Formats: sequence, C-alpha cells, structure tokens
Amino acid sequence: MGTVGIVMLVHTALGRAEQVARHWAAAGCPVVIHVDRKVDRATFTAFRTALADLPDVRFSSRHRCEWGTWGIVAASQSASEMMLSDFPDVRHVYLSSGSCLPLRPVQDLIDYLADRPRTDFIESATTPDVPWTVGGLDEERFTLSFPFSWKRHRQLFDRWVRIQRKLGLKRKMPNGIVPHMGSQWWCLTRQTLSAILEDPDRDLYDRFFKRVWIPDESYFQTLARLYSSNIESRSLTLSKFDFQGKPHIFYDDHLQLLRRSDCFVARKIWPHADRLYEAFLTDPAGTMKGAEPNPGKIDRIFAKAVDRRTRGRPGLYMQSRFPHEGWENGVTSGQYSVFEGFSDLFEDFEGWLTKVTGTRVHGHLFATERVEFAEGQTVMNGALSDSTLHRDYNPQAFLTSLIWNARGERQCFQFGPGDAQDIDWIFAKDPNAQVSVISGAWAVPLFKSNRNFADLRKEAAQLQKIEAEHLKVLRSPYAKARIRIWTMAEFIENPMEPLQTIIDEIGNRSRRRLTEAPKMADLTGFGQFLQNLKNQGMHPYLMGDFAVERGLSKGDRPKRKPYLVR
Amino acid sequence: MSPDGMGRLYYESAPPIKEVGVGLGLWDSYRMRLRRKRRIIRAVRKSRELTPVQDNTNRIRRGDILLVCTMRNEQIRLPYFLQYYRDMGINHFLFVDNGSTDGTVPYLTGMPDVSVWYTNASYKRATFGVDWMNYLKRKYAHGHWVLVVDPDEFFIYPFCDTRPIRGLTDWLDNSSIRSFSAMLLDMYPKGPIDQQPYRAGQDPLEIANWFDSGNYTIKRNWKFGNLWIQGGPRSRVFFTDAPEKAPALNKIPLVKWDRKYAYESSTHMLLPRGLNLVYDEWGGEKASGALLHTKFLDTFHAKAEEELQRKQHYSASVEYVAYAESLNDNPDLWCKWSEKYINWRQLEILGLMSKGNWA
Repeated sequence: MGTVGIVMLVHTALGRAEQVARHWAAAGCPVVIHVDRKVDRATFTAFRTALADLPDVRFSSRHRCEWGTWGIVAASQSASEMMLSDFPDVRHVYLSSGSCLPLRPVQDLIDYLADRPRTDFIESATTPDVPWTVGGLDEERFTLSFPFSWKRHRQLFDRWVRIQRKLGLKRKMPNGIVPHMGSQWWCLTRQTLSAILEDPDRDLYDRFFKRVWIPDESYFQTLARLYSSNIESRSLTLSKFDFQGKPHIFYDDHLQLLRRSDCFVARKIWPHADRLYEAFLTDPAGTMKGAEPNPGKIDRIFAKAVDRRTRGRPGLYMQSRFPHEGWENGVTSGQYSVFEGFSDLFEDFEGWLTKVTGTRVHGHLFATERVEFAEGQTVMNGALSDSTLHRDYNPQAFLTSLIWNARGERQCFQFGPGDAQDIDWIFAKDPNAQVSVISGAWAVPLFKSNRNFADLRKEAAQLQKIEAEHLKVLRSPYAKARIRIWTMAEFIENPMEPLQTIIDEIGNRSRRRLTEAPKMADLTGFGQFLQNLKNQGMHPYLMGDFAVERGLSKGDRPKRKPYLVR
Repeated sequence: MSPDGMGRLYYESAPPIKEVGVGLGLWDSYRMRLRRKRRIIRAVRKSRELTPVQDNTNRIRRGDILLVCTMRNEQIRLPYFLQYYRDMGINHFLFVDNGSTDGTVPYLTGMPDVSVWYTNASYKRATFGVDWMNYLKRKYAHGHWVLVVDPDEFFIYPFCDTRPIRGLTDWLDNSSIRSFSAMLLDMYPKGPIDQQPYRAGQDPLEIANWFDSGNYTIKRNWKFGNLWIQGGPRSRVFFTDAPEKAPALNKIPLVKWDRKYAYESSTHMLLPRGLNLVYDEWGGEKASGALLHTKFLDTFHAKAEEELQRKQHYSASVEYVAYAESLNDNPDLWCKWSEKYINWRQLEILGLMSKGNWA
C-alpha cells in the first residue's frame, strides 16, 4: 500500500482529473476525490463510473465550493478524514486539485517524502510578516466576520466590512491561536493532519474559520502550527499568481520550462494542453531526477508578466497602454538631447556632434518647413514621415515615437524659436531629456544674412519674444528635464567647458577630453549688429552683453581657431 | 466560484489597478443607453434585408467560438481565410454576402461550419454592415466569444503560434475580461501593389509582408471611451496632406457577446462603453493583438475602382478617393524603414501589441 495519499479537489475538466487520478493510482498512491457539489449528478456519476475500476480511488462526501468560503476547507477535511481512515498505510497526505499535474515520476515524490517522514510541507506565515496583503484585508481576514459572498453579494460584502470597521467589531482568536496564511496546497503528515482533524476543540476552530475570509488559505496553515514538530514553510505544488490573485495557467509551450523546474506538481494546467498531459502522464522515465524543486525561471517569467501588466514599458503608447498624464512611468523610452542655439553659433554642429558622440543627430525636427531628419532622410526609424503636417497633427506622438523607434540609439536634435513650439512642454517635463540652451544665438544667422534691416529687426523681435516664453517654460518648477541655459555671451567666453559637460553626460564614448571644438561662426561685427538693433528700438537681451567694437564678449580675447584645450 | 478557479493568497497584493469607468454623469449614461438601444432596434429593423442562404446555426454548440464577417466579391480570399481561422479554432462562421457576383455563395455552399445570409441592400445604409452583423450576433452569439473581421484581416494574438484561440478566450474568461483589442496593421508588398498576383488559397502575407512599425498617433475618444489610432502606410502615403482624415486603426474585434451589446461604428467602438476600455490608463499594459490587414494585393486596384463607383464607404468614400488619386501613380508603399513581418513576438517587441499579464 502506498504511503502517500492524494486528495484531489475537482470541479471542472473531469476528464483531465480522471487522467491524473489514474496516474497517481498507477504509481500506487491511494486517491480520494472531492467533486464540487455544483457539478450535476449525471456528470458526477459518469465520472465515478469511469474510475470504478480502480479500487484505491474513493469519493468523499460533496460540499459546495465557492471561492473564498468555508466549503473548500470542509471538502479538504472530509476527503482527508476518508483518506486517513480508509488507507492506514498513508503517511503523507498531498492536497491537490483537478487541474494539478505531476511533473516528476510519482516514485520521486514518494521517495522524497519517505526521506522526510516527519516533515509537513505547508506554506505558513504570520500576517504581519508577509508583504502580500499590504493595504487590503490582511489582519482583518481574521478579526472581522464575512458572512456574505464576495462573488455573489459584493455590495453586501463591502458594506458589512465597513460597518464592522466603523463599530470597531473584532473577533477574538479561539484559544489565542496565532493566525497564519499560505498557499492552499499542502502536504501534511498523518500525525499532524489527524491531530488537526481530531482536535477536541475542532468545533470551536471550525466555527471561527467559517467566518474568516478565504479560510482555505489559513485554516490548515494556522492549525498545523499547533501540532507539527517540523514545518517546512513551502508548498510542493508549483503555483503562481498574477496581479489579481488568479493562478497563472500553463500551456503546451511551457513544457520545457516545467521540465526544468524540478517541481513535483504544477497548477494550474489548461485542460486543452494536450502536449503537457501527454508528456508528463505517459512518459514513465521522466527527465528530472532527484533534484530539489527549482522554479526560479518560471518565477521570473511570471514576475515579468505581472510587471508588464502593472508598470508596462516606459515611453510606449499603444492600443492597450495609454496612460493618463503623469502615469507614463517615463514620458519617453530613453534619454535624448535637445540643443538650442548650438547650430546657430557653430558651423556644422550636427556633423561635429555625430563625430564626437556617435549618436543620431538630427537638425531642427520641429522646423516649420520640413522635419530635418539626420542626413536629410525623408523617413526615419519606424517609417516616421518628414511631413510637418503629420508631425504637427500630434507632436507628442511624433517625439515619443521617434525615441521609442530608435531604442538603443540616443537621439539628438536642434530646437529654436523658429520652430513649432508646441512640443516644448513635453520635453521640458521629461526627465529623459537633456536640454542645453545658448540663449540669443538665433541672432547669429540674422546677423549673417543679407536682408533688409527692417525685416531683420522685426524677426529678431519675434524670435526673442518666442525664446523668452520658451525659457520661462524651461525655468518653471514643473520642468523635469536636465536643463542648462547659458547666454550667448557667457557661452563663447569658454565654450569647451560646457560642451565637455554635455558630452560627458551623453556618455556614449569613453570619457576623454574634447580635443577638437566645433567651428564657431565669425562674430566680427556682431556687437555692432546688436547695437544697431538697439538703436532701432529693439533691445536684444537674451544673448547677454556684447561690446560694440570687437563683436566679442566683454572680457574679449582674440579668437583662436580651432580650439585645443588641455 | 470554485475551489479551483480563482484567486488566492496574493489577492490583496495587487497594486491598485484602477478600473475607472468612462466617468460620466447620469444624463450622459442615459443618452448612451438610448443610443445603444437605437443601435439594436436598427439592427433588428435592418435584419429584414438579410435572406438566409445557408443556415447551419443549429450546429452551434455551447461555448463555440464564432466569426462574423461581411463581404462583397472576395471569393478569391476565402480558401485561405477559412483555413486560417479554422486552424485557429473558430467553430462557426457567419457570413453576410453583400451582393457578390463572383461565386462566393456557391463556394460556401455545403460547408457545415458556415452559415450565409445574402443581401443586395445598401452597405452604407446598414452603417457599413454593422447593423446586419449586430443582428446576427444578437441572435446567434449571445454568450459566445465572437470575432468580427473582414476577409482581408488576419487576427493574431500573443502566443497564437502555440495556443489556439480557445486558450485566449479561456484566459480572458478567467480574468473577467469581456473584450480584446487588436489594432489594424496595414501590410503591403515591396514594390508596386500589383506586381505579384494573388492566387486563391495563398497566404496573402507571402506577398504583403511589410508594415510600418512606429508612426502611429493615438487620441482618446472621451465620448465613447475608446482610443482613436491613426497612422501607418495609408496615412503616410495616401493622406500626406490630411493626416486627420486617415482611417482609424483601433479595433476591438473579439468580444464575449451579450445580446445587449452593439458595435457602434465598424469594430472601432462598442456600446456599452465599458467594452472600449481595452487599454490601461495607469501605466500598465493590457493584453492585445493585431489584425494584419492584407488589403494591398493586386486585387486592390479593381476593388478601389469599384468602391469609388459605388460610394458605399465611410465619409463619402474619402479613403477610396485618396487611393484613386495615388493609385494612378502605382505607388510603392514600401520605404527604407519598413519592417518585414516575422511573427507576433516581433510585434510585441515593437510595442504594437502586448502580452499584458498573459505568460
């Protein structure tokens, strides 16, 4: 006679349950099956008849099993009682369900338990010590009473909880027992199990737990602590839960994972997972031998799935992830740099930056004429179009798509007061953005251009106004980007130091001193140009102070080109 | 529930996933309710236009997964279409044939898992087929999972290469999810659209196997609670001057139907509005799939011309007008950054669909 008895709680997919019961029985394990009262009589009878040829498969009295209620405990109790009385050789009783599947040869489990004849495998932890129940019903599962069904009478359930809280109603633990919780699926020794079932105070405990919330996770877990001499607080059944507390389901494509887990039993298995049932029930020489259960990889996969569901991929906007503002968990998916004024002040700044950092450097992505993708491309990663109409239709989607599409490659782009400004709040608020501004540098192209002064004056006034507004955004307390702002006068004083800081922060290449500076535009006469604007009544102030004569900033020095900084 | 069915220990551990409804006042709810009722009444009224040609609906068993589809002159696509969805695990097909002249009905005759209704009435006045299909679902799909697709749309979902559609619907049932999103992904060939002729029975993805991976824009439709997605090659090539007019790509094709439900406009949105909340609003990702849209085969030219004549499509067939203008130049939808289709995992990595918490 077998020393390991299997108690099976069954409610659907009876065909699979039958298969598994046969498997246990074939290995010499007696099986006691509890079939949910909700299963209709005809189905039950057919199921019972199908297993009639096996003498060591018995059926215990049926209870109605509703999730979170006492019925499941009652079912486990009566099936266990039958197991202990009908099969005196049984030393360990293994509680399982109809959708459990043994992964290793049953003999492995028998041997494993034979080596540990006094050990009770039951996950059992005190409520304050487990993180699972933060913020919900934890302690209160025991101190409040739950006469109403959570499934069917949700409103009553919630209302009764609130009333009890308000009135400060609290139930006392019978005999001062300490409540423990843990996985419903346990494997207990005859000694412990019979002590629980034959306890003179069992009526008292049963009465108490009938009003506990989800007692199947606490009844045996608590009472085992009273009698067991040797508790291993873990379940031998591999069972993972998703973020809603529903068990993860195993499918055919999990076959290799399950094989390598070395677990004895897994749940729950999708009833149509033919390959799994075939692989584990018909293959007598299992591939797993003697190892301790090691569900690490499965743990990681399911933990990842929960994370995907609850936190998602930062910076992704798609059909099933469209977060409210502030809930994006990252406005964009990666870091990027915005340069303002640099391409005005330096000749071929984009080319220089590409060379120094190895990043993707675009021109003015938000220019009004066209989207200036790097290398003059008309389409970018992800088939993003260079049409300004498409970009301006949803500038935020344009930016977030650009960054998402180019994951792994840092994007840099130029921005200035001549561009479409709608985007500035988006990157200003984005911690992934590195924004470097040389304010007032927009005056350089004007200064270089050959246009009528009246037009220049008008445009300068406009650009200054736009940039001033933009700087307000960047300086707002809501701005979360890494923002650096220099006036142009400040910047040309010593351009290498700020450039070095920016490049170091981008950090693509090894930290080296910059040896080659970008070539600065010739600013001879720039001071006079600004003075002329002033004389016309338009005061350019964003670029800082420039002396009239030399076109250089106040502490002027003759220009060395190219720079070499040590 | 059952001892086996649901949530355990970790029940309270869930981070607060807020299932906020589309928060609207009583008045709005009432108006939406009226609107839904009107839709249903309209569906029942329009059902008079349908003549049953082949009624095998008595073969539909409890728990069967159904597919509903309206089509016109798509016979050439049907052999592969039926094979694809039978392999996926669809148990019964409900077709509305809108005046086909290419032998569609004879082709379907005798198939035990196919029921066909015929109508010659206006597609447009049946809200582009929605009314007819709402009626059929109300009558036959109550309590069933039902997939609503066009003959050129191929549904994919996470793990579709290893798990049949019942795996998905069982999981959705288990997770108390009633509707499943699958965005329309326009597929196109490399080179001119009519370069490679399509043969009946052929997998259209052998020809049209490129797509745009990252040029989509999303807006929230506050009124109905659904997302409004645009972009892709049609927007990029046919709607260069008017991206706002580009067709909607958001779709919710798989629903555990109830006779109280109604599609409001194509499969873009449903009533009641709760069914449109197929996206997470607090940073997480819900599970979603995709509809591979293989419209752009060599058959497209003739189709576009015919539809332009019939003017039976959305918004004065603006879409077909735009196509016709570009099609004269026989455009190549392909570009340097087009992505070649491999499988659902690729779409998952690209962020076009998601496994959510299905593992």
